Amino acid sequence: MFSRAYRTAITVPPLVWVAVFLLVPYLLMFCYSFWSVSDSQAIVHSWDLDNYHELLTKPVYWQTLLRSMWIAARVMFFSMLLGYPLAYFLSFHAGGRKDLYYQLVIIPLWVSYLVRAYAWKTILGTDGVLNTLLQYVHLTRHPLDFLLYSPFAVVLTLTHIYTPFTFLPIYASLEHIPRNLVEASDDLGATPAQTFWRVILPLSIPGVLAGATFAFVLSLGDFLAPLLLGGPSGIMISNIVVSLFGAAYNWPLGAAISLCMLALVLGLIFFSERLEKKWSFQ
Amino acid sequence: MATTSEPAFTSSSKPSSASLLSIRSVAKHFGKNIVLRDISLEIAEGEFLTILGESGSGKTTLLRILAGFEQSTSGEVWMSGERLDTEPPYRRRVNTVFQHYALFPHMTVEQNVGYGLRVAKRPVAEIQSRVTEALAKVKMSAYAKSKPSKISGGQQQRIALARALVNRPRLLLLDEPLSALDANLRRQMQVELKALQREVGITFIFVTHDQDEAMVMSDRIALLRSGELEQVASPREIYSRPATSYTAQFIGHTNLLRADVRQGTANCGALQWPIPLPDGAALFSLRPECIRPASASSSASSASPINAATVRFRAKLRDQAFHGATELLRVESDGGLILSIRTASRDLANSQTPIDDPLEFEFSAADAIPVRETSLTSNSNSGSNNEDGV
Repeated sequence: MFSRAYRTAITVPPLVWVAVFLLVPYLLMFCYSFWSVSDSQAIVHSWDLDNYHELLTKPVYWQTLLRSMWIAARVMFFSMLLGYPLAYFLSFHAGGRKDLYYQLVIIPLWVSYLVRAYAWKTILGTDGVLNTLLQYVHLTRHPLDFLLYSPFAVVLTLTHIYTPFTFLPIYASLEHIPRNLVEASDDLGATPAQTFWRVILPLSIPGVLAGATFAFVLSLGDFLAPLLLGGPSGIMISNIVVSLFGAAYNWPLGAAISLCMLALVLGLIFFSERLEKKWSFQ
Repeated sequence: MATTSEPAFTSSSKPSSASLLSIRSVAKHFGKNIVLRDISLEIAEGEFLTILGESGSGKTTLLRILAGFEQSTSGEVWMSGERLDTEPPYRRRVNTVFQHYALFPHMTVEQNVGYGLRVAKRPVAEIQSRVTEALAKVKMSAYAKSKPSKISGGQQQRIALARALVNRPRLLLLDEPLSALDANLRRQMQVELKALQREVGITFIFVTHDQDEAMVMSDRIALLRSGELEQVASPREIYSRPATSYTAQFIGHTNLLRADVRQGTANCGALQWPIPLPDGAALFSLRPECIRPASASSSASSASPINAATVRFRAKLRDQAFHGATELLRVESDGGLILSIRTASRDLANSQTPIDDPLEFEFSAADAIPVRETSLTSNSNSGSNNEDGV
């Protein structure tokens, strides 16, 4: 249908792009992860597993990784808790306002990540909006200091930022449920609650899985929210990677951590896709 | 206005005369668009009633009001002396077979059929036995563990039916359930569905746009036109005694004769026949099969009493379409009137008549049924954007 030249012209540039900006960097990272740094701050092409060994034996790395996963899990949980009811409401009960509400959910995505993170800093800080308010109404005498520079702040901010990402796939899967199935359930005597648990929720599971994966994976790799709002107790694994590639100048170790995270994330995505397939019927 | 005739039941299982469902002056507006106006209908216990109409006539909307998916704008629906239309769908003892079956894709056939019983929290043993029984009734026991996506359209149809009937509803609503099936399967399902309805004795309200289907299956047909009931009668009566020109044209083919009545005689071009109607313009429906080639013998014995009301006319053959058992002729009478005639194929088999040679035809005056004039196209409902059954 299309000429050979045309097909080459449209397929080669994206392939080159992917190769140069994705495959080559990953390949370099892969190589780096086996190398090491000499005392004179030079990269030694030594090909051994020392970096991976250090990763597993030094508690700071795997503890930070576990904490990052725990933060990501909480972000996933809370953004599901917010995103699902929102998506359900929009899909089934928003009536003619559906499009308007949809736009309202999407608009925050247009606002820069940094702006949103700084906004929380303003809200949660010692002299922030929230503490001032709490003291003004005499709920507390002194500013609460766990609000900012804590895992709490990180979870709150990431939940705020990633809820639209969980909302979107859930909303899409709810929209795909044929409405006559809901009517059939009503018709067969199921109460609205029974219809939800037995028909709507099972059929929206692919969206739930996709949304949960988004929230978890995006939060796990985040380093700006912990940097701006996390404080020492809110450090995440990406912050370590950043410092290893930066100030610490230990690219090989940074590459090893990055590859471990990549493997983890790819495994998660693969697993969630398998589950999604199992739960999709349309 | 609806012409509600007394139900003339033709099926062997004669429904009891007790009214199960009473639809009283139901109307439905979607904004400015009037989809149903002033529908009143009594449906007897055990009856098979078909709501027949073109797309956009409001038939699906009426069904959805009965199921509880739509609220009527005005009017009431009562079932066995209790108000039905104020109840939510899940509290009505009414079940629906949906047009596209609406089987739950994440459940097996068995789980689909048992759904109504499970949400009603029936004991497990009872659910098991009733599901088994229902699957046996629709001959689908072998597929109990299959997912709906793994079975054919006709089989899904049976499961949808079993899923509804297992709940023993007072009333079963069927929304064009056969429209997605191919012609052969469709005919087979028509017969099976009718037999099943006799067996279970549940009142069926069946929605279709297919007049043949309505004729084959129903005890009574309620014909809808632009949101109004045009006529409610048994298939035999609605066919042989259509009340309006719309009914006559929608159900089967017909010749509409515009005649002038003068002193008990209808005059339509060269045709004349006695009719006990007041003077004035009148419209008649004359079915194509009521006109036959005049036999030589009948013209000889003109004294027979039948001939008094037999109308004879000469006409030229214009067109001839062979339909197997019958043949459809289009003839032009001396007065320039075009008529369709359906005749048994053998009647004309030997006559290779030259087109220009006039033939002689006849019909009984009693077969020309006076009808009220209503338009065939449903354009009285302007801007109807509620597509029925799509």
